Amino acid sequence: MAITLTWLSLIVLIPLAALVIKPWELGLDGVWRTLTDDRVVAAFRLSFGAAAIAAAADAVLGLIVAWAIVRYSFPGRRLLDALVDLPFALPTAVAGIALTAIYAPNGPLGALFAQVGIKTAYSPLGVVLALTFIGLPFVVRAVQPVLEEVDREVEEAARTLGATDYQRIVRVVLPAILPAILGGVGLAFARAVGEYGSVIFIAGNLPMVSEIAPLLIIIKLEQFDYAGAAAVGLGMLVISFVALLALNLVQTWLTRRSRG
Amino acid sequence: MNRPGKLHLPGWAPLIVLLAVAGMIALVVLPLAMVFVQALGNGVGGLLAPFREPDTWSAIRLTLIVAGISVPLNAIFGLAAAWAVTRFDFAGKSLLMALIDLPFSISPVISGLVWVLLFGAQGFFGAALDAMGIKVIFTVTGLVLATVLITLPFVARELIPLMQEQGAEEEAAAMTLGASGWSTFFRVTLPNVKWALLYGVLLCNARAMGEFGAVSVVSGHIRGLTNTLPLHVEILYNEYDFVGAFAVATLLAGLGLLTLVAKSLLEWRFSGELAATRRH
Repeated sequence: MAITLTWLSLIVLIPLAALVIKPWELGLDGVWRTLTDDRVVAAFRLSFGAAAIAAAADAVLGLIVAWAIVRYSFPGRRLLDALVDLPFALPTAVAGIALTAIYAPNGPLGALFAQVGIKTAYSPLGVVLALTFIGLPFVVRAVQPVLEEVDREVEEAARTLGATDYQRIVRVVLPAILPAILGGVGLAFARAVGEYGSVIFIAGNLPMVSEIAPLLIIIKLEQFDYAGAAAVGLGMLVISFVALLALNLVQTWLTRRSRG
Repeated sequence: MNRPGKLHLPGWAPLIVLLAVAGMIALVVLPLAMVFVQALGNGVGGLLAPFREPDTWSAIRLTLIVAGISVPLNAIFGLAAAWAVTRFDFAGKSLLMALIDLPFSISPVISGLVWVLLFGAQGFFGAALDAMGIKVIFTVTGLVLATVLITLPFVARELIPLMQEQGAEEEAAAMTLGASGWSTFFRVTLPNVKWALLYGVLLCNARAMGEFGAVSVVSGHIRGLTNTLPLHVEILYNEYDFVGAFAVATLLAGLGLLTLVAKSLLEWRFSGELAATRRH
């Protein structure tokens, strides 16, 4: 007990207290000015916007992957299952340079997109791609166990009562797994907002265009603007917290509704 | 549990499986393959070239040192925290568990930033440390602190659900039979959770060795001194030594793959001795 509390205080609580206290050295209007600076606003919009789009993409792809792994047997199913965790296991810097090599204008997929005039690497789209990569396991791993548990008897009953495939999925399976999908999306979003390593190489880091919020913290630190860096960090945490709280409320409401 | 392959939506099955496999290949498998393809861009000689540089070896050594310190610390913390949470009732337990998980939901850059705010030149304790001649930021100490914060939840998260499932009955029995606290811990608790502990340590280690954002903030990127492997990859990449960067990256990708294999083995072989969420 004592070890737990001491360690938590030293490693988590005191450092985070520093983050909460430091920005106010600038005064209230100083913090406000930092957070409403055009470049900071642009970085926040990119970080949160791209994280939201990536989390939504993860919801779709993650559901498909989880569905395939849980409901069907096909050669390579176990391998696919193990590979889902690769974005967790691959160090982010490695993922970052690999994704950049793939989506750069001369990369295998980047060249393909370039032919139809879409710039992938060194643009906001590249940021979204990297964040989708990093968030995918969260959705799959959240949906998988719940999809396994969905009451097959209820599904079977729905079928014998004449429900079509479509009706069965939309009215029986989806409501049961929606809270899990949202839970996974929340985790993917939270991770994506703060992600640095996998994004920094592919983003191109153009101020106002493809500069993410965590990079702005590093830039401010390099200018010895500690309070400014802390203000950006605290701002990120507060916005994430509010977004996750909202998602959590929806999730709770959905869970209650599907049970009620 | 019955494998539902023969069950529903026979018409959709090929389409969904195809979509899942294609999506995974494009998004997940391709980047991994790309690391090895790029590293071999100049043949085996190019792959080996960075390993003739002393800087690469000092990065390898530093990564091993940082993980070697951080992982045992968090393994001990994980055991202590899981013990506290599952064996005692106290007010604020859910708050404690939320705090344990907190490092997962903050940006790695923030996990580095907080140490600079405390110990950096203009940090809260910066002047005091400077007067005592102690340096934290831009040293191995800073790297360890950032890594410990980032990897804090891994072991605890594996142990808490398992120890909750197992309950305290066996420990209570040992105690009634006269075993001391420590011998109960070493002879009953630890053997009961050893595979889950290994599982947590494995994930903790993979993250500790591969962490980039947090250590990037506190490292100062001093070649040969405070450069871990992931930071070394970045330096080589930014110097346009792409083949070199990918060659060093193969080492980290290999670590990731090894972790995945070991993790799958544990899930398959010892699934009964891992927390329910890890059983496949």
